[in-house]
Amino acid sequence: MSATIAPQGLFDCRDAYVATLEALAVADDRIVAVVNDSVGSSKLSKFRDRFPTRLVNVGIAEQNMVSVGAGLANGGKVPFVSGAACFLTARAMEQIKVDCGYSQANVKLCGISSGVAYGELGATHHSIEDVAWLRAIDKLTVIVPADPWETGEAIKAAAAHDGPVFVRISRMPVPALDRGDAAFMIGRAETLRDGTDVTIVANGTLVHRALAAAEVLADEGIAARVVNMSTVSPIDTAALAAAAATGAIVTAEEGLAYGGLGGAVAEWCARNAPVPMRMLGFPGFLPTGSAEWLMERYGLTADGIVAAARDVLEQRRVR
Amino acid sequence: MTISIFMSNGDFDTRVRDVAARANWMRRRLLAMIVKAGQGHPGGDLSATDVLAALYFDVLRIDPAHPRAPGRDRFVMSKGHCTGALYSALAGRGFFPEEELDTYLAPESRLNGHPNRVYLPGVETNTGPLGHGFPVAVGIAIAGQIDSADYRVFALTGDGELQEGSIWEAAMLAGHRKLGRLTVVVDRNGLQQGARTEDTNTLEPLADKWRAFGWDVVGIDGHDHGAILRAFDAAAEPREKPLCIIANTVKGRGVSFMQDQAGWHHGVPSAAQYAQAIGEIEAEMES
Repeated sequence: MSATIAPQGLFDCRDAYVATLEALAVADDRIVAVVNDSVGSSKLSKFRDRFPTRLVNVGIAEQNMVSVGAGLANGGKVPFVSGAACFLTARAMEQIKVDCGYSQANVKLCGISSGVAYGELGATHHSIEDVAWLRAIDKLTVIVPADPWETGEAIKAAAAHDGPVFVRISRMPVPALDRGDAAFMIGRAETLRDGTDVTIVANGTLVHRALAAAEVLADEGIAARVVNMSTVSPIDTAALAAAAATGAIVTAEEGLAYGGLGGAVAEWCARNAPVPMRMLGFPGFLPTGSAEWLMERYGLTADGIVAAARDVLEQRRVR
Repeated sequence: MTISIFMSNGDFDTRVRDVAARANWMRRRLLAMIVKAGQGHPGGDLSATDVLAALYFDVLRIDPAHPRAPGRDRFVMSKGHCTGALYSALAGRGFFPEEELDTYLAPESRLNGHPNRVYLPGVETNTGPLGHGFPVAVGIAIAGQIDSADYRVFALTGDGELQEGSIWEAAMLAGHRKLGRLTVVVDRNGLQQGARTEDTNTLEPLADKWRAFGWDVVGIDGHDHGAILRAFDAAAEPREKPLCIIANTVKGRGVSFMQDQAGWHHGVPSAAQYAQAIGEIEAEMES
């Protein structure tokens, strides 16, 4: 198959998140939203107006927000706990570990404005460690959707899943992907483009860039497979086996170059099918700059992915 | 779904006697469990025992045959290290066989050093790190408020635990939302792991702090079974605000050499100490 970038322009995935959440809430009165003074940034004002008793604003208190979410789940609710990803994850890490993962509470954590969306606000507001942290928590499903459709599907799947889920929701404008009759399933990667020379494993805001990179590589005679690994935990090992079979892998994510998606892929490959890899991501604390500038600066672009693919193929040839 | 299984249905004096007897059994049982396991937190267990006996054998509307019934009352053991008190209450109440207490801390035992809801029926949320359980209890109470449900939510915190900021985040929210079906009991034994609370990070004026966060507050002798039951009876009345019961307790209560000793926060009695402890507890029951 070969998915393409749809021509309708760019989207803010928060819109898909809130539209889906509202639709779910109409059908299921167990759905509640929990926010930390983040009604605006989570775009939940319509939800609040429509379901005033079902939006719990805990104020600026992320630890309490996550624990309250676990309590709401105990009380039979399906809470969607939304806050800026940087605070929701870092501030409440032990609550996510103990009250959600270890307790297997039916809580849905929605990290808004993840990655470097708040680029200019500096490293305090960048959420580039979140996937690395959260995929280390047992029983917690970690999903990084790529476009509006997948965001909506991830929210539906999270609501239907019995257990804790983290969904990483970008506010960076992304194009929609045209992928025909796709179906989202937690834990299943999406092969957006077949290829035999190298596999680009990406998620979130890097997926459309990976598709663009594959087009460029195709012009050079390199057949790149593109895999959208939206579920980082549990990871799709069959997709990784297929990726390893192409003999070279590039990972690309709007997060740390270690510990997150790239780390997960590398761990599996090291244990099962070692292949040359390049892991694209951020090196650590980042300077101030717009999101797009940061992505460009650290090579999280189609060109960066192309360069990494050429590089890893060269390494394979030399070996 | 409403559950109406109470343990004590008699007049007030009968209820008090029942709870006293249960607490006495719990004390002996938890010490046996700790001795067998070779580890435990007897000091905090023994300060919390009387409150837990009242909850599990009189107050809570719970059904061990249906531990996740939606309409059940909830109790959250926020001071999660005090599993001696919790597990002896759960076993005594029939959530699992009493003999299983002897597996406490053994490999693969459901009786972990801190409570685990996944393994053990009757546990509402996993605790251990301080400052977690009480905010979860607040979340449960909010769920009940949204549903206008009639279940009640209880949490027991340590007093040292109140030094965790997440406690006050949750207290603020509970006061703001006027969670009248929520009751927190502070096990005010005055000691934390290393020293007195007031020598570590002052809690007083403790009642004023809760009131300032929008709570009703009562102080009781946390070892006076009648006082404990009266406080819980009062908590059952329709309330505009959440209720904080400050239970003034003695760490290690009931065992002379453990009482008010920070060193017995965790520890295991020797054979001679154990015999003495059991003798003292039995003597108290007979007195």
